Amino acid sequence: MKIQGTITRITGPVVMAAGMAGSRMYELVKVGDEQLIGEIIGLDRDTATIQVYEETAGITAGTPVTGTGLPLSAELGPGLLGTIFDGTQRPLRSIEEEAGFCITKGIHLPSLDRTAAWEFEPAVAAGTTVEPGDVIGSIPETGVITHRIMVPPGWRGTIREIAEPGRYRIEEEIATLETRRGPLGIRMLQQWPVRRPRPYSERLEPSVPLISGQRVIDTFFPIAKGGTASVPGPFGSGKTVVQQQLAKWVDADIIVYVGCGERGNEMADVLREFPELDDPRTGEPLLKRTVLIANTSNMPVAAREASVYTGITIAEYYRDMGYDVALMADSTSRWAEAMREISGRLEEMPGEEGYPAYLASRLAEFYERAGRITTLGKEKRTGSVSIIGAVSPQGGDFSEPVTQNTLRIVKVFWALDAELAYRRHFPAIDWLESYSLYLDAVRTWWHKHAGDDWDLLRVRMMNTLQKESELEEIVQLVGSDVLPENDRLVMLMAEMIRESYLVQNAFHAVDTFCSPAKQYAMMKTILAFHEFAEKGISRGGTVDAVATLPVRTRIARMGSIPDAGLDAEMRAISEEMASQFASFAAPDATGGKEGPGA
Amino acid sequence: MISKNREYQTVSKVSGPLIVIDDVTGAAYGEVVSITLPDGERRLGQVLEAQSSRAVVQVFGGTRDLDTETTSVRFTGKTLHIPVSEEMLGRVLNGIGEPVDGGDPVIPETVRDIHGFTINPYSRDFPRDFIETGVSTIDVMNTLVRGQKLPIFSGAGLPHNLLAAQITRQARVPGREEDFAVVFGAMGITHEEAEFFINDFQETGAFSRTVLFLNLADDPVIERIVTPRLALTTAEYLAFDLGMHVLVILSDMTNYCEALREIAAAREEVPGRRGYPGYMYTDLASLYERAGRVKEKPGSITQMPILTMPDDDITHPIPDLTGYITEGQIVLSRELHRKGIYPPVDVLPCLSRLMQGGIGPERTREDHPDVNNQLYSAYAQARKILSLVAVVGEEGLSVSDRAFLAFGDRFEQAFIRQGQAQRSIGESLDEAWQLLALLPEGELKRINPDMIARYHPAHRREEHGAEDSP
Repeated sequence: MKIQGTITRITGPVVMAAGMAGSRMYELVKVGDEQLIGEIIGLDRDTATIQVYEETAGITAGTPVTGTGLPLSAELGPGLLGTIFDGTQRPLRSIEEEAGFCITKGIHLPSLDRTAAWEFEPAVAAGTTVEPGDVIGSIPETGVITHRIMVPPGWRGTIREIAEPGRYRIEEEIATLETRRGPLGIRMLQQWPVRRPRPYSERLEPSVPLISGQRVIDTFFPIAKGGTASVPGPFGSGKTVVQQQLAKWVDADIIVYVGCGERGNEMADVLREFPELDDPRTGEPLLKRTVLIANTSNMPVAAREASVYTGITIAEYYRDMGYDVALMADSTSRWAEAMREISGRLEEMPGEEGYPAYLASRLAEFYERAGRITTLGKEKRTGSVSIIGAVSPQGGDFSEPVTQNTLRIVKVFWALDAELAYRRHFPAIDWLESYSLYLDAVRTWWHKHAGDDWDLLRVRMMNTLQKESELEEIVQLVGSDVLPENDRLVMLMAEMIRESYLVQNAFHAVDTFCSPAKQYAMMKTILAFHEFAEKGISRGGTVDAVATLPVRTRIARMGSIPDAGLDAEMRAISEEMASQFASFAAPDATGGKEGPGA
Repeated sequence: MISKNREYQTVSKVSGPLIVIDDVTGAAYGEVVSITLPDGERRLGQVLEAQSSRAVVQVFGGTRDLDTETTSVRFTGKTLHIPVSEEMLGRVLNGIGEPVDGGDPVIPETVRDIHGFTINPYSRDFPRDFIETGVSTIDVMNTLVRGQKLPIFSGAGLPHNLLAAQITRQARVPGREEDFAVVFGAMGITHEEAEFFINDFQETGAFSRTVLFLNLADDPVIERIVTPRLALTTAEYLAFDLGMHVLVILSDMTNYCEALREIAAAREEVPGRRGYPGYMYTDLASLYERAGRVKEKPGSITQMPILTMPDDDITHPIPDLTGYITEGQIVLSRELHRKGIYPPVDVLPCLSRLMQGGIGPERTREDHPDVNNQLYSAYAQARKILSLVAVVGEEGLSVSDRAFLAFGDRFEQAFIRQGQAQRSIGESLDEAWQLLALLPEGELKRINPDMIARYHPAHRREEHGAEDSP
């Protein structure tokens, strides 16, 4: 028996309906004659407050609201990868086929294609006893990713029947499970309510870095697999570029990219670029491991609120198969603003800057769904969800509530700075403001995969940068010519670190991704130069002379060395460096006199 | 369905631009109402909140002379629509779409909902066609592409109108002559400013390709909510039905936002930052996102909203929220304006997010991306040194610092300052190389050595010398 009520009030995306007694909180309802999808977000006796996921203009008071008895759920199964959904998981490509280039109101299409047949390979035989999380079969979803069909949480029993290898559609039953409650059919298509975290067996310490190929991130402010990071920055500081770079290059198996309340043209860019770009590890197009959720800023605000939950549910689903998943949410501020807008329409008592008082707890709940875990099931697979959330603080002011509440939860903070962006220092991550709490956790990995002195090199570079900022204050007051030579060398080295290491050109074919080995080699080279220079200066050389050494140009272009020629080029640089400093250190040669191209 | 033609005389409250009507049945959210005043005058309104027996309506044209006794309100059963037609080109309409140029009413080819439609992100075509505006600071450093939304952030008294008119006049896609149109939506600008645009469009012959919607400074504030939507609905018709490339100029968005705030205050809503409503981001996005291109459609909508930053403050909610939605911004500087530099584009805070796709080989020139990067980094360096000079004087500067200073000065005086002259992208890039040549070649770290060899004036001379000598 479906509950049916009538609309009593409409204001923007919020609708009130009377006669809804018996409805449950967060139940999906269909609103008005056009049957728009909405979700109950408040109940007062028989009156339900509903947020509607579509434009409400034209909805009339007095028209019906029908309950569905179901919470807002995500459809899970093969066909997620490479697909682009809106905030409530409607497939945008199918909508285009159905309705043309604009999203017509009230259009309902299933999230996953019901007609596609998938190659199923059973993993268990009839008679096997299974528990939640056990894999009963697999499907090659995109050639890169094997989709594992798992026993849904809460189900356990004995497999009575299982399908032969072959092609099946997602709604067909592929196994029958004999349970205490009777037989249950398992299909490839499963559902999960988006607001409830999917269960796992145990949480693990994040100890493996999520390599992004971005030097300033991997070297200075690393994120671990299963970790959380936040990228706040004013507009134009490159948040979206950082997010997209991470979506392209992080070494996760699956990427879930949530464009939450952002620009339509940016999503078009992602859609254009991802099928063309190849994953450096598999050589396959990036889109084959990516799920895109696009709820652009002009799409209904309530669906924007839902989009992050849809995204994280899909991420958890792949995590449960044993994959490392990275979720990018661009931008969580838009999500918070959606909450604020709905809250304002409900006339709730506002908290700071008009945001609802539950802002902090909602943010915390969301980020807590990240983590490295062992899954349910006998196999105890390891999987992870890492969350990287962009924050768009108003006026670039980090003291605003969304930034502050996010910082209290996340472990990595990449502070983007407008000044750096103005200088076209990209990624514009401020090295003094930013931090990562995973440094200790990932140290062992770096020692094993790069070199024992990784953290030493890192600390030395960081010290130079810190010293520079102290010296800069002095220079601001009295000018640089009063500084002693060794301090001037620090300034020069800091500039080198900034220009040739921290700056990374996302649009350069090679520089866009820097492997850990290359990062390590580059650090080594810069610090070798530093040591040579220190020695040279202690023997009476000048910083001006160091500054004119031709090898510096070559060092400045290290970022564009392809991995294939890395060793040879690095050796050549260090030989050139040695020879130029050799003549430099000789008593009479003051450097800078060498002919160009020496 | 919405039942039609219901008329009520039950206005119970008039507050600012809003009225409340009681005992209404079946009012729809967003429905248009026609209001008849005691003296017979008619005004339009729109339902902001619909309840089972009550409706809150915003009145276009203001609530002056309304009463709670005899005013009658007719519910039309429709949401706001505008008649659109190709004939609108060359016409001047007021802020709610009525002709004010003395001509006949527009004969509609079709009628469109002014809220437009949500373009499916999947159906969008990524904008990549370079638009040459003829302004060096924009073409080289903040390239505009077709389908982009690039606002001008200005301040009171700065020549943003002059720049907008210059861009409208000069903008073209090199090598292609296609159907173009301009839709101009004016919100709360003065008669004088409106005259300026009309005259400029007439002088340059653009007028016959232009539709103007004018809500002037003394027109009802509430109508400003509708004006940009009319402009964009017309633009969508011209672009996606008729296949034209449409440039939409919206001026001044600050006035629009003020109107939004006024309505929010009248409705006693919980205010967000500086009293602006919490949904201002969503509201602005519903305008700005109506730019772009659609796959397999020939036309495009490029938006150039103009806004004056209150107190030149870029962190004020209006420029701030705008910047988060648009694909970059052109920022005008009072300091450059005082120095007599036109156009006073302050390049450092400027940005074009879509330029990477629109520049480079086959689009502009192969050296363009590198030159742009280098100009930015060098000019930022020059400005930093300049601020140092103010403290410690020029004596303490190194040779290379002095080179940067010379670069910075020439950059402002020759590259930014171009007046009303039009420069092709090639000319602009060559001018940039002249400036970069002032710096030691070792400082050109952002430029690929091949590009230096090919385009640096010093090397070019050698090349030419070699060509001449045999």
